[in-house]
Amino acid sequence: MTPAWKFWVIGGLVVAVLAAAIYFPILSRRVRRAARLQQQSEEQARRELAQPIAINPGDPRVKTKLFWASDTIDSTLVPVTVELPLSKDPVLRSKQVLNTLLAGPVDTELRTLPPDALLLAFYLLPDGTAIADFSEALATSVPSGIVSEQLAVNSIARTLEANVPQVQRLKILIHGQEVETLAGHLDLTGTFVVNTKPTPAPAAQAPVKPASTTSSADKTATPAAR
Amino acid sequence: MLLQVRNILQIKSLFLIGLLSLALLAAVLFSPSQTSSQTQQPAAGTPTTASPTASPTQTGVASPFGVQTQQAGLNIVVLDPAHGGTDPGARGTGGIRESEIVLDFATQVRRALELQGFQVVQTRQGNEDPSFDDRSTTANAQRGAVFVTLHISSTGLPGTARVYVNSDLPLVADANGLIPWDRAQAPFLGLSKTFGDLVQGFLSQRFKGSPEAAQTASVRQLRTTAAPAIAVEISSVTVENRADLDRMAPGVADAIARGAAAFKPSYVVPKIAGALP
Repeated sequence: MTPAWKFWVIGGLVVAVLAAAIYFPILSRRVRRAARLQQQSEEQARRELAQPIAINPGDPRVKTKLFWASDTIDSTLVPVTVELPLSKDPVLRSKQVLNTLLAGPVDTELRTLPPDALLLAFYLLPDGTAIADFSEALATSVPSGIVSEQLAVNSIARTLEANVPQVQRLKILIHGQEVETLAGHLDLTGTFVVNTKPTPAPAAQAPVKPASTTSSADKTATPAAR
Repeated sequence: MLLQVRNILQIKSLFLIGLLSLALLAAVLFSPSQTSSQTQQPAAGTPTTASPTASPTQTGVASPFGVQTQQAGLNIVVLDPAHGGTDPGARGTGGIRESEIVLDFATQVRRALELQGFQVVQTRQGNEDPSFDDRSTTANAQRGAVFVTLHISSTGLPGTARVYVNSDLPLVADANGLIPWDRAQAPFLGLSKTFGDLVQGFLSQRFKGSPEAAQTASVRQLRTTAAPAIAVEISSVTVENRADLDRMAPGVADAIARGAAAFKPSYVVPKIAGALP
């Protein structure tokens, strides 16, 4: 083994180690940047998807009742009337009122829904069943508890009832999926009765009247037939 | 470097395979106990097919026509401390966890109920988290029982307590007179309301600012329970000091025990109209 040969091998190895030592931080920086870029674009895509439904100023301004928490009576809802240009189309109208509801009242203490929750999709079936798909934040950020979860669902149901007469029942999905409960308490497997009054437009199916064994006078969203 | 990465990957995959096989082994070992509890729980969303496949145990529970059920009066209270295990429930700023407090509350409620002569069954004794259906299974296996699920809320006026009964459920019974598992509460709603109003009455005497009568909410835990069932929710985990909540425990325990004792005479097994000829 000649020393020259040894020298070249060791020299080559040293160069390789040095090159690796220089290249490694660059590579890791690139990987990190790529991950960040992907995250950003995901976030962007989500924001684009959930862009607030454009309110057309040409639509007639109507008094819109939004149900937020009461500041006088604990854990109850009160309607707040605001004038909004609302579409005549029930789906677009529902999206407009729900987005306004999600945006929250001036006094953030009176919010019923978490500020980071988004309405991802809204559908209205011919039988009057509305399907509202919210982002995961609705389930993860709503305060856990029967009273707070019921307040959240009721504010959605009663706001729809007051402003979109075509909606008779409401099904809530979280990120496109049916979930068992909102945040550990309130049942989301069924649909909530929103409006039992007959709609102005003829519906494909008569509203389901739940057989009741108790007479509940208070206005709470009650689950209907699954 | 690449070689190293590959080595790490190999080790990782080997480790994963090992873990998976262990999990498989565990699943095989424990499968008998799991399947037995699953047979009692027809899948949600298939209510019509649920009843015919119901196991004999469930038939006796969900159908209120069992001879035993009619003979026995109310003598058991099933206490359900909500959450537990990996699910802490509501969490307060001071490190207060709903799952821990409800367990302590349950101990006190249990003592008060036993003083009234009731037998008490708990859905969990320690820090475990049975599923909603498992908890209902515990309740539905009892004869002559009422069900009380205990909660601490995240919101609401601190120092108040509210009783909830399940919202109206459409009562559907098939030709056999069986009630689908996922609507087991339906025939008991009237009784639940009576029981809930009694407990809420005692609570409102003790805790000012609490409602006078029980409220309705679609509480998941109550829906699959085939017994008069209520949820008691105490406000709230936002108190600065845990002692503020602990101080409420004797009052809550007393209200539930007195409510159960007052409800005892009105406990009857409900009949389902049209379910049987």
